[in-house]
Amino acid sequence: MSSSTTERKLVVDRRGHFLPLSPSEVGSAGKTGSWRTERPVLSPEKCTSCYLCWLYCPDDVITMEPRGPEGNEIPVIDYEYCKGCGICVDVCPVNALSMISEEEPIEIQR
Amino acid sequence: MIEMALNIKSLPKKKYVMPGHAACPGCPETIGFRHLGMALGDKAVTVIPAGCSAVIQGLWPKQGWGLPALNIVFAAGAATASGLARALERRGVDAHVVVWAGDGGTADIGLQSLSGAAERGENIIYVCVDNEAYMNTGIQRSSLTPHGAWTTTTHRGNPGTKKPIPQIVAAHRVPYVATASIGYPWDFIAKLRKAAKIRGFKYIHLHAPCPVGWRFDAGLTGKIAKLAVETGAWILYEYENGKLKLNPPSNRLLDPSKRKPIEEYIKLQGRFRNISPESLEVLKRDIDRNWEEIRTALRAQGDL
Ligand SMILES: Cc1ncc(C[n+]2csc(CCOP(=O)(O)OP(=O)(O)O)c2C)c(N)n1
Ligand code: SF4
Ligand code: SF4
Ligand code: SF4
Repeated sequence: MSSSTTERKLVVDRRGHFLPLSPSEVGSAGKTGSWRTERPVLSPEKCTSCYLCWLYCPDDVITMEPRGPEGNEIPVIDYEYCKGCGICVDVCPVNALSMISEEEPIEIQR
Repeated sequence: MIEMALNIKSLPKKKYVMPGHAACPGCPETIGFRHLGMALGDKAVTVIPAGCSAVIQGLWPKQGWGLPALNIVFAAGAATASGLARALERRGVDAHVVVWAGDGGTADIGLQSLSGAAERGENIIYVCVDNEAYMNTGIQRSSLTPHGAWTTTTHRGNPGTKKPIPQIVAAHRVPYVATASIGYPWDFIAKLRKAAKIRGFKYIHLHAPCPVGWRFDAGLTGKIAKLAVETGAWILYEYENGKLKLNPPSNRLLDPSKRKPIEEYIKLQGRFRNISPESLEVLKRDIDRNWEEIRTALRAQGDL
């Protein structure tokens, strides 16, 4: 268990009894990006800002941000937690996303 | 059309599923839960009996859902939600209490409490997240596993057929019963919002293809959910005060020639890899029977 776990303040009731509560927080199963064998990468010039990848991502690791070539909204993926399932790639209607092996050097993906 | 009425970009951006949760890659339950949050927002309070969704919630000291979630024993989803909804109402808290239960937790182990809450007319929304087997404990058959599907307890294919739970709930004469699919988020979201406006017991049966239990590539969860509907294996409809209505795209599929061949749906799934020609015929007959029942109901209403 990480140090943040042991430092966590336990929730207690008025009589001091411990309550089995856990807050909604990122990373309940750790840094799940390490589960990936492949990662989704975007070709920003192809993206039509349709939001479908965002709508279907099971891990909620996509944020739509106005960083496209024309200031349009494109998906920005949080690779710290993306599990590399590939659903975003499958649902993209214009093939703006593709999966590449995690063994490819990082520079190529930029 | 519901699809047109909903603007995807105007949906809430808040995270209703926390990144780094415990679900497998490509999990349909987390896709559906995000849509639940998008539909009902922070007024939703969930009650989650045993199942994969309970594990996603239960990795103390953090939980993976972005909504309040009360963990409860398998059989008691609807009973617990009944009490919670009454208590919140008495305290004047404006909330939508939602049971979020698997197919095992709904159609088998939780059926009596579901039936009781439906009969009493409790003011809750019950969502059955149907991945067609007991996934969390290792893919055992449930009464919602389709005919011919492999599970770890049906090595030669499931000899049974899928129990018609939406019809069983509708027979309780509750105000709202609907089916939905994680492949059609706009339809599910619209149905949840409609249910939230109705007082009484509301039931939504969400089809949720599971890559682990159905043996398909994790990237195909959305595609397989859509294929289930396009082939007619899963039908999108709703009963409002007992009146049945087909929803898009199923409303165009009453004519079998408009449906994609069932093979397109099952060939992508390892659980059907060894299905015998006889079992495939039974599976097709089950699907035809579902459509026939819908046709009969629509005709009885004077809608056909
Ligand atoms: C009374 C009882 N019996 C058995 C179990 C063990 N159990 C925990 S989760 C689970 C499977 C749940 O299946 P389902 O409801 O279909 O949900 P899924 O995991 O597929 O989401 C089982 C059998 C339990 N927790 N309680
Ligand atoms: S690969 Fe899966 S987890 Fe990663 S961004 Fe795409 S849909 Fe989300
Ligand atoms: S699905 Fe494709 S086109 Fe649509 S926003 Fe995502 S990357 Fe862009
Ligand atoms: S077994 Fe299926 S339903 Fe359960 S967490 Fe994994 S992908 Fe989700």
